[in-house]
Amino acid sequence: MKPSRFIYHAPTQIEEVLDLLWEYGDEAKILAGGQSLMPMLNFRLLAPAHLIDINRVKALNQYSLSDSGLTISALARHRDLELSPEVELAYPILHEGLTNIAHVQIRNRGTICGSLAHADSAAELPSIMMALDGQMNVRSKSSRRIVPAGEFFRFHLTSDLDSTELLESVFIPSMKRNSVGAFDEVTRRKGDFALVGAAVVGTWSERGTIEDCRIVCSGVAPTPLRLLEAEELVSGTDLSEEVLVAVQQLVMESLEPTEDVHTSAQYRKKVTGVVVRRGLARLAEQRSVVNV
Amino acid sequence: MSEAVELDPAEAKMWITVTINGSKGTYLVDQRLTLADFIRKQVGLPGTHLGCEHGSCGACTIIMGDKAVRSCLLLAAQADRESIETVESLAEDGVLSPLQEAFHANHALQCGYCTSGFLMSLVARLREGPIESEAQAREALSGNICRCTGYTGMVAALMSLPTPNGQSGGAQ
Repeated sequence: MKPSRFIYHAPTQIEEVLDLLWEYGDEAKILAGGQSLMPMLNFRLLAPAHLIDINRVKALNQYSLSDSGLTISALARHRDLELSPEVELAYPILHEGLTNIAHVQIRNRGTICGSLAHADSAAELPSIMMALDGQMNVRSKSSRRIVPAGEFFRFHLTSDLDSTELLESVFIPSMKRNSVGAFDEVTRRKGDFALVGAAVVGTWSERGTIEDCRIVCSGVAPTPLRLLEAEELVSGTDLSEEVLVAVQQLVMESLEPTEDVHTSAQYRKKVTGVVVRRGLARLAEQRSVVNV
Repeated sequence: MSEAVELDPAEAKMWITVTINGSKGTYLVDQRLTLADFIRKQVGLPGTHLGCEHGSCGACTIIMGDKAVRSCLLLAAQADRESIETVESLAEDGVLSPLQEAFHANHALQCGYCTSGFLMSLVARLREGPIESEAQAREALSGNICRCTGYTGMVAALMSLPTPNGQSGGAQ
């Protein structure tokens, strides 16, 4: 048998899930898509006494798009969102990120909220969620709270959730008029976790300058990392070639990325400059599309 | 169909009803049994293979509902009331399916260990629409790993399948 012993729970109502979390807390893990948790159980890196499978909770298996934004519940799967033309139209950067997640067999099961709660610092969705200023709707038996994406990721594989809390849904506000985004990453093979990734979002002003730019990198720090200096450098510019060269230089000089078995800090430093530049270049390309 | 297996009384168990390759059955399973081990050991269908057992290699790919999934990353308990297809469903009365025949004809396998996973991934993919280019073929193959033969024969096999307009070979 691969995993350690656990007691399996298959609740059908959200309230039951919250009751179980309240009762077992530290001893329990939520099983959604299982594409990260099951490998950890199979390796016995984790050995929870209780496994709470939320796959039978129908109320969590949905997403909804409105004028104010996109709400994605805990069980909505990568593939469901990826195949939605409405989601692709409203958030091209999210669609792009989803297609970069592993392979279709994984995306068929994996969930958006599960990826976020797993908080892998090299994953695509955490950085995209920060770039889009998403909000985490967190719920326990006794409380509800909203955590901005920027405060949700605490460390590699560690989120702000406490052991009684469920990430019930995430909310992504609508992109403003003339807002554009791009996601780029460097991987050894297609479908791998990124060595470095960059989610870039900005709004073209009437004057032809990029404003409210957000640049969030994955794979370079224990959490997704906002590059505030780089954002400041490009905001208010027209993203000309000179600006792109300058921002690439700034990122390569200022970043102090992590080193691990996958690659060196030196390589990450260099490549982060490249992916940030590529992302921003794509915002520049989209300027004509938004008719500024 | 089901082999007699020793069930450990110390394990927490549950009943599941699952349809496998068209036949519905009810089984008492250990709660922590993976779906892959269930299919192989308890149902007695060893065509589904296990490679990495953490979702990377794709050898254990099966179809659940209408989706290709890793059976090593699911629990048997999660297959309750689901419908499953394994590689054993492809050939009928010893006659290979067109996809299997194309693999055979194009030297798409040597040791065959990864083959059942590739076939099930491709069966699910081909139900969504034809594979019309080499790029599409490589994308469809990308979620599975072959460590001995490589992918050239598999791409050739996919390109040899008849397309809806009746031509063989897809776009070259």
